[in-house]
Amino acid sequence: MKAVVLGGTTGIGRAIAQQLAERGDSVFLMGLDEADLARSAADLKARHPRQENVGFAVCDLEHPDGFALALDTADKTLSNFDSVVVTAAMFASQDALEADVELTRRLVTVNFANTVVFCEHVRKRLLSRGGGRLAVFSSVAGDRGRKPVAIYGSSKGGLAVYLEALDHRFNAAGLSVLCVKPGFVKTGMTAGLKPPPFAGEPAQVARDVIRAMDRKKALIYTPRMWALVMLVIRSLPRFVMRKINF
Amino acid sequence: MTLRAQPMLTGWGRLPAPGTEVIGEHLETITRGAVLSRGLGRSYGDSSLPAIASDRVAGTRLANRILAFNGETGVYRAEAGISLLDLNRVFMPQGWFTPVTPGTKFVTLGGMVASDVHGKNHHVAGCFGEHVRALRICLADNNIVECSAEQYPDLFYATIGGMGLLGHILEVEVAMHRISSPWIWQESERVPNIQEYLASLERGARAFPMTSGWIDCLNRGRSMGRGILFAGRWASKDEAPSEPPPEKKPLTFPFNLPNWALNNFTGQMFNRLVYYKHASKTAKGVIHPDGFFYPLDVILEWNRGYGTRGFTQYQCVLPRAAGPKAVLEFMDRLTKLGGASPLCVIKDCGPEGKGLLSFPLEGTSIAIDMAISPSIQRIVDSLNEFVIAAGGRIYLTKDRFTRADHFRAMEPRLDKFLAARAKWDPKRRLRSAQSVRILGDKE
Repeated sequence: MKAVVLGGTTGIGRAIAQQLAERGDSVFLMGLDEADLARSAADLKARHPRQENVGFAVCDLEHPDGFALALDTADKTLSNFDSVVVTAAMFASQDALEADVELTRRLVTVNFANTVVFCEHVRKRLLSRGGGRLAVFSSVAGDRGRKPVAIYGSSKGGLAVYLEALDHRFNAAGLSVLCVKPGFVKTGMTAGLKPPPFAGEPAQVARDVIRAMDRKKALIYTPRMWALVMLVIRSLPRFVMRKINF
Repeated sequence: MTLRAQPMLTGWGRLPAPGTEVIGEHLETITRGAVLSRGLGRSYGDSSLPAIASDRVAGTRLANRILAFNGETGVYRAEAGISLLDLNRVFMPQGWFTPVTPGTKFVTLGGMVASDVHGKNHHVAGCFGEHVRALRICLADNNIVECSAEQYPDLFYATIGGMGLLGHILEVEVAMHRISSPWIWQESERVPNIQEYLASLERGARAFPMTSGWIDCLNRGRSMGRGILFAGRWASKDEAPSEPPPEKKPLTFPFNLPNWALNNFTGQMFNRLVYYKHASKTAKGVIHPDGFFYPLDVILEWNRGYGTRGFTQYQCVLPRAAGPKAVLEFMDRLTKLGGASPLCVIKDCGPEGKGLLSFPLEGTSIAIDMAISPSIQRIVDSLNEFVIAAGGRIYLTKDRFTRADHFRAMEPRLDKFLAARAKWDPKRRLRSAQSVRILGDKE
């Protein structure tokens, strides 16, 4: 794989970048902060002496006008990437979002509108060279309208619908789109929240995602147990969802 | 579904304290406003626990990047949350090894500095801090400084072994050792009693760069302190197998044993097994480095063996000047107090390091695991009184029960440490449950 990882300096994105580098794939990192990207690139080179050229570019999902330039740099460094992973997104608690309409606008824009725009840039590039792989992180929070993640979850739910459609529309043309629905994973994003049962580790989720990309799957829940949990949640009747706080 | 218990943090000894940690990849962000950093929580006692539940604790384990590595000199710089497991995985295949390793690889780089850990090679290599070139530290006032033996040496040497009380360690620069192969040449010897054990330990230290051993302190009488001594060095290219040591999958201790399960009787059975499993008097050969350095790491969460009551480890060093007689008297007192346990490790230490509160000094180090019981405070007090009289000291990384006046009596360097602390953190903002107990920080 020649893979771009947007969000590759932190959390699950970092774990994915590390595991791809470990097995010898070429990796290009995208993230918010140039100095931080340089540190992550240095880390990958130190850990994997075979990785001579780990490139990086600043790419902020709040600024869609920078997407093309960042992807140009990735294309140049990797001489045309064939895979893209998007773990980057915004997270905020429902309380914080309800208290601040501007924060809500930003989060919904980043997680849905701008992520779709980024994927459209990627889609065009990959299709122009006969296809490739795109893996994007939605969330189990997008599977059902739920009280504690009403706004965040809806942004991820919208994204999941887009990714499903993208798969239907371009699969035959050689683009395989993977929608990743992680359950609770112990990362910096969820720090301070009490981990529920079946909480996952970033390294485990990264393994699942890479395997699903290799097998050209369209959808995974990870850790696996969450597929079952969400099956139950999806089938709960509305009057129950109104009562419970989950 | 608003069932909410008070969240707890625990050290390796499993005695809990109320508190939560903030984890994240960016140490500069998570240590801002925090009063204590915590790595993998492998210190036994309360050194990585907050003084009160509302104290902000920075969990560093996600900050694990290697920032630079020089393949010629073996010097690397990394973020403080990287684990020794990771460092070994990266550098052993390249012919380098950490200059000093403690008995588990589930520790962070920052933790190794804060505890100034020692290992089987202490008599030749000193503590981990000896090999640290530079530290990047976030001070109590949130300013960030770089320090070394040349730059702010007082801060540098107070941080090495300083239990995280001088500042949050963000980055560490370390010089590694070249190894001839990733395998170990080990010679082990079954020794019938404590006198002979101590004599062999001294002989072993002259011939080998790495020594340590286990003794059976549950046995009384003439075979008191019989044990097995392990000495080793890195295998040469000719001795070592051509393939790298395979990565072994550890087992996980599946549940808490009941509190009564590990008692004197089962302990004695266990010890007899370990002793006679070493069939011949001596054995030698090439072995896996993990088996040599990290025998207990093959079972994750082995601390569950002590049950929910938890346990502590008492580790002290008795100076060479006090002689083998002091070790014998110590073991005798331990047995009389009923503190003896299956796990007892004896090792000789080289000269004292430069870290202001660094544990080892030239002499014999003794470490014993003890289950928590109503008499634990009395046992620790009594052992501490003995150690003070012998001119020794205890290891803060293992400690949960030492009293402030006892610690002061065994630590002549304390005033120097406190002076450095007064300079760099005059309000004593950084603190732990241990610093409240031992240094009298305000709760």
